[in-house]
Amino acid sequence: MYNYTDEQLQSMKKVEATRAERVNNLFPRMSAEEKSQVLKENHPDYIDNAYETLKVGPNKGDKVLHELADLLQGKSRVLGKDIDLSNPDYDVDVLVIGGGGAGSSAAITAHANGANVMMVTKLRIGDANTMMAEGGIQAADKPNDSPAIHYLDAYGGGHFAAKPELLKMLVSEAPDAIKWLNELGVMFDKAPDGTMITTHGGGTSRKRMHACKDYSGAEIMRTLRDEVLNRQIPVVDFTSAIEIIKDENGRACGAVLLNMETNEILIAKAKTVILATGGAGRLHYQGFPTSNHYGATADGLVLAYRAGAKLLYADTLQYHPTGAAEPTQIFGALVTEKVRSLGAQLVNKDGNAFVYSLETRDVTASTIIRECKQRNNGVKTTDGEGVWLDTPIIEILNGEGTIEKRIPAMLRMFGKYGIDIRKEPILVYPTLHYQNGGIEINSDCQSTVENLFVAGEAVGGIHGRNRLMGNSLLDIIVFGRDAGRSASEKAKSVTVGEMNLNHVNSFANELKNAGINPTTLSPKLLPNYKRKDM
Amino acid sequence: MEKKVNVYLFGKKYQVPESLTIMKAMEYAGYELVRGCGCRNGFCGACATFYRILGKQELKTCLACQTKVEEGMYVATLPSFPLVKQIYDLKKVSPTQQLMMQLYPEVYACIGCNACTKACPQGLNVMQYIAYAQGGHYEKCANESFDCVMCGLCSSRCPAGISHPQVAELSRRLYGKYIAPKSEHLEQRVQEIANGEFEELIESVMNKPLDELKELYNHRDIEK
Repeated sequence: MYNYTDEQLQSMKKVEATRAERVNNLFPRMSAEEKSQVLKENHPDYIDNAYETLKVGPNKGDKVLHELADLLQGKSRVLGKDIDLSNPDYDVDVLVIGGGGAGSSAAITAHANGANVMMVTKLRIGDANTMMAEGGIQAADKPNDSPAIHYLDAYGGGHFAAKPELLKMLVSEAPDAIKWLNELGVMFDKAPDGTMITTHGGGTSRKRMHACKDYSGAEIMRTLRDEVLNRQIPVVDFTSAIEIIKDENGRACGAVLLNMETNEILIAKAKTVILATGGAGRLHYQGFPTSNHYGATADGLVLAYRAGAKLLYADTLQYHPTGAAEPTQIFGALVTEKVRSLGAQLVNKDGNAFVYSLETRDVTASTIIRECKQRNNGVKTTDGEGVWLDTPIIEILNGEGTIEKRIPAMLRMFGKYGIDIRKEPILVYPTLHYQNGGIEINSDCQSTVENLFVAGEAVGGIHGRNRLMGNSLLDIIVFGRDAGRSASEKAKSVTVGEMNLNHVNSFANELKNAGINPTTLSPKLLPNYKRKDM
Repeated sequence: MEKKVNVYLFGKKYQVPESLTIMKAMEYAGYELVRGCGCRNGFCGACATFYRILGKQELKTCLACQTKVEEGMYVATLPSFPLVKQIYDLKKVSPTQQLMMQLYPEVYACIGCNACTKACPQGLNVMQYIAYAQGGHYEKCANESFDCVMCGLCSSRCPAGISHPQVAELSRRLYGKYIAPKSEHLEQRVQEIANGEFEELIESVMNKPLDELKELYNHRDIEK
């Protein structure tokens, strides 16, 4: 039994007392006006003083969060160093930067297309947000569904801001992405006749969430990793890209690499480059905890920005409604949306439901923040406050054994601290989860810098200003494959000119002219979690 | 002030708050982790760790990000372990027992000591899934091993030199590709899209004026 406070225990009793009445009595969905109001009043994206205006670079004049501005306008790690580009350590067709789901899909596809491809990754291949995606992956492959319905769900859920041509690719290529994964051996949840078991996610109008229990991302990631290894694609691990290299025509043609353990600088030359560096949760925007992996520090955005690539919607982040709020040891860890897909409800300190459980993530997170901050209906926790996620409802609705079978990772994560989610509700609060925006790409996955391709969470524009559950695992596969295809195809006709880092010096000059004297080294590479007084 | 406990990181003593995980205790002590730290949430297997409580005999295993410190904990991490990963082309193999004999013959050297199962931080019945693998029972091996995070702790304790996580990975891929039932609705939808059957429908949605799209979205039919 977990050592809850008396106040928490009393509140938990109220949740139990109202459970029977709530089970089949769902809280109504919000109207468009109500959603818009709760977002404006509570969503962290709307807190003006968390933002500042960029003074330099392709998005000069745009607003981004302070933490990102510091890095985008930060100090290059190569400035003042004698970097010799004349004798590259690696010379390949396609250089993939990033070892998560997007990078691996891109590498596999480029390799299958005959390219000489190499991956570099800051930690190990698979140390990525992909590995931690629990809930599932969307695809409109059921008879009552279609890519057009998927499009409308995602476009509306993203506040009509997605780039239509990219969203069309996402939904149209989704079924083929699932088929591709299935043929690589991914074990999707299926009925005995082979029908995919699918559920709702927040904001979906059809049940199109495919899953592999609640290890969906882990199962996809370990399969992709195994395939990369089977193809014997070189993976240079524990090595970060710290600058993009360009040729005299301004085209990307490689990267300066840093060995994370020895600090050795290495040079990679390539005909085309794919950035698949993922998200930014470890920047802890606005002081939020995060569900992201250790290396999620927006490195790709910094590299691309300095190289002249435009960002899109870099000001919008996703705060997942249900991060663990207690126990403190797992503060901020993801409690998958699938828990709500299976019927769990969000309940305040008095045992009252306050939101339909599967509104879109931004709306749901905003109602939780409102419940705690505005209405004072939150439960005090070790690190702040939270609301209850009433998990025992899952087994009332779907039968005993459902939790162990469908969300074993959640059962295990809380079970380690003496909390049995089959019997007791859990405390949750929004956690920084996803970078909605990123580097702008066209339908060839190319950024505004020639031969610099991008895939995965580092891309901006696929989802608009909010992403639906299950569309990120989908986008890393769809755009990973597309980027791999485009970059390897393009590489066939590229002759690399003279490699240089002139853009790094010009960017430093622009900073100087704008009166900025950066001290923050960027990219950040890893967060600093040493004791504060050290 | 929160109560502190004594932990011994690689033999050196530190005092750390008792609420911390082993991983956070290392950072509290001043370590800047590069290896041995991945997802920090129990999914990636980067932080495989051994420990022993001062005065006790038993050697324990865990994931450092998922385990709270205890008084007198002697900690040694295992950031990397030399697992054997055999190379194969999934398209050219078939799910037979011969394949296991050919790729991972060491599974047949299992002496049944069950050290692998005892070492698993996920609580999996590792020795049982190896037994399934020996018999070429890939479906059972795949399901029994499904929650594996491939940390390698099992293999580090194996006197037969088995690379359990890789045996399991092979089994899962064989099951997913060859043994699990085929999804006809998926194949059909992929074909329909390839034939361009949804092109007109999706273009018609894309080309609507914004106000009309908002109406459509706000009043769309939602499956129960």
